Amino acid sequence: MKSIDLPPEATGTEIQAMAFAYERSADQAAPAPVRHRVVVVGAGPVGLSLAIDLAQRGQKVLLLDNDNRLSSGSRAICFAKRTLEIWDRLGIGERCVNKGVSWNVGRVFLGDQQVYQFDLLPEAGHARPAFVNLQQYYAEAYLLERASALPNIEIRWKNAVAALRTVDDSEGGGVWLGVDTPDGRYELIADHVAACDGGRSTVRSLMGLQSKGRSFKDRFLIADVKMAVDFPAERWFWFDPPFHRNQSVLLHRQPDGVWRIDFQLGWDADPEEEKKLERITPRVNAMTRQALGHEVPFELEWASVYTFVCQRMDHFRHGRVLFAGDSAHGVSPFGARGANSGVQDAENLAWKLDLVLKGRAGDALLDTYATEREYAADENLLNSTRATDFITPKSEISRLFRNSVLELASEYAFARRIVNSGRLSVPATLFHSSLNTPDRDSFQSPVVPGASACDAPLKLAGADTWLMQHLGQGFDLLVYGESLPAAVSACPVNKLLVVPPDARPRPQAGAVVLHDHSGAFAQRYDATPGSVWLLRPDQHVCARWRSVSAADIAAALDRACARAADPALTKD
Amino acid sequence: MSFTTEPNIAAPDEFYEALIDAHRDLSIEQSHELNAKIVLLLANQVGELDVLKAVLSAARSNTLA
Repeated sequence: MKSIDLPPEATGTEIQAMAFAYERSADQAAPAPVRHRVVVVGAGPVGLSLAIDLAQRGQKVLLLDNDNRLSSGSRAICFAKRTLEIWDRLGIGERCVNKGVSWNVGRVFLGDQQVYQFDLLPEAGHARPAFVNLQQYYAEAYLLERASALPNIEIRWKNAVAALRTVDDSEGGGVWLGVDTPDGRYELIADHVAACDGGRSTVRSLMGLQSKGRSFKDRFLIADVKMAVDFPAERWFWFDPPFHRNQSVLLHRQPDGVWRIDFQLGWDADPEEEKKLERITPRVNAMTRQALGHEVPFELEWASVYTFVCQRMDHFRHGRVLFAGDSAHGVSPFGARGANSGVQDAENLAWKLDLVLKGRAGDALLDTYATEREYAADENLLNSTRATDFITPKSEISRLFRNSVLELASEYAFARRIVNSGRLSVPATLFHSSLNTPDRDSFQSPVVPGASACDAPLKLAGADTWLMQHLGQGFDLLVYGESLPAAVSACPVNKLLVVPPDARPRPQAGAVVLHDHSGAFAQRYDATPGSVWLLRPDQHVCARWRSVSAADIAAALDRACARAADPALTKD
Repeated sequence: MSFTTEPNIAAPDEFYEALIDAHRDLSIEQSHELNAKIVLLLANQVGELDVLKAVLSAARSNTLA
């Protein structure tokens, strides 16, 4: 595939105007359907992340997209710390942070009074901020550029999956796909299909499956406007502001001087009318009059009137078809849990599918993709539904309690904790995953088995660095102390030795030696000399010990690969 | 989780008088608001979720009985 190089300063307009050529593939002339190991459907943030992750692990990936453009309009704009950490591993994190607007602080207003302020990353010592705001098309463009540089990924534009059926195991198994192109339909067979084709997933409907849940009778207007104002890089949320009575408004800063303003409109609003500039202008002017004391000229970048549903599929795995992102689950935008949870789906799936394809893990590992991400989706749905109920009360009494909480919040600290303008995306801790080795020893740290690794500032050969930068693509063993225990030395995985503040770091064969000069690592992980953590390839802790034997590590690795029951599988 | 439904207010008449007094001269809308705020403040005083859920459930049962 031809590599796609973005001009370093490509503007949003240029990126949205990019169209990728449909090219006829040899598969279309093949006498029989050509078999592919992995077919990813949908080249959005989730499909692209998954394809890159698999390709970095050495897998060949065919990525099909029914269109030939990137996201039109800003769409998802808030990318969370965990997403940035994943994208660091995929090679685009730095670019997103450089282009994006970093922010940690949110403010909540009732009327024209601030009632509450929160800091999503109250402690220093993390490489990445709580969030960056970045238009979805930029994120997709960076992902696409990265994907196009990987020879293992083939992207076929204007290839729309239009038919699907399961291939019987007697015929080699897999999934048969009928794909529509400008040259008509062709067929192919996939050993595995990852359906990353969005909320209106074609794959889902072709399989007769549904995503079920609650719909909310409310409409919201997104107005992305370009204006020269000097609001800080913070999330501002108004309940019942004087410029938009009885509804809520959310303000966010994006790159290029673009502001996301999200107005709650109520169910009776006319979606077509409200998208018109002449309807949007007075709303924006009223806001700037309130916030700045005067109107400012602005340009409308993108407008959309949306409703939302909080829903998910019952099962994210159906045989050889795995659903990830919006195809599997949908949430309200309050909380930034859509794209962020989708990227986490992708990272959860990538290493598992890779190990299964390499014969190093059993098929049961793919079941844990579904169970772990269904659990995470439930957490996201719960948070999203609760926030939505607070923001858009469904009854008079619900509104009464909501307003009472807000009024109490300006005076009493306890009520501020109840105010819910969206609980913003943090990765789910997979407490009960079957891949975790239950604790044998006691730790006082939130980085439990099932939690994603927590960053810490460290030094490498005297120079500042971050823990997350040294985690590999595979399993990692994280050791705290002055030298590696013998049990760890023998284990063929990436090893990091974190040396205590008062000790002198010395080179260690087979390990990256990092110095916990500030003690932040020890504090965050509750580390004592000899403590060891086993991290999965998706940087989630799956086991930890105060002292460890080689057998402990081997058993934990087997467990984390769901191969405990199948000794025939190749070990790491 | 149980919570006490045995007499626990030392001066019940005085409490009741104070409760009614708190609503003095309020419109029905204001009284509703006052009640909501009382619920929220007392809920924070109690703190324990199990107790709060048991109280909500007891009040609902009594209302629907």
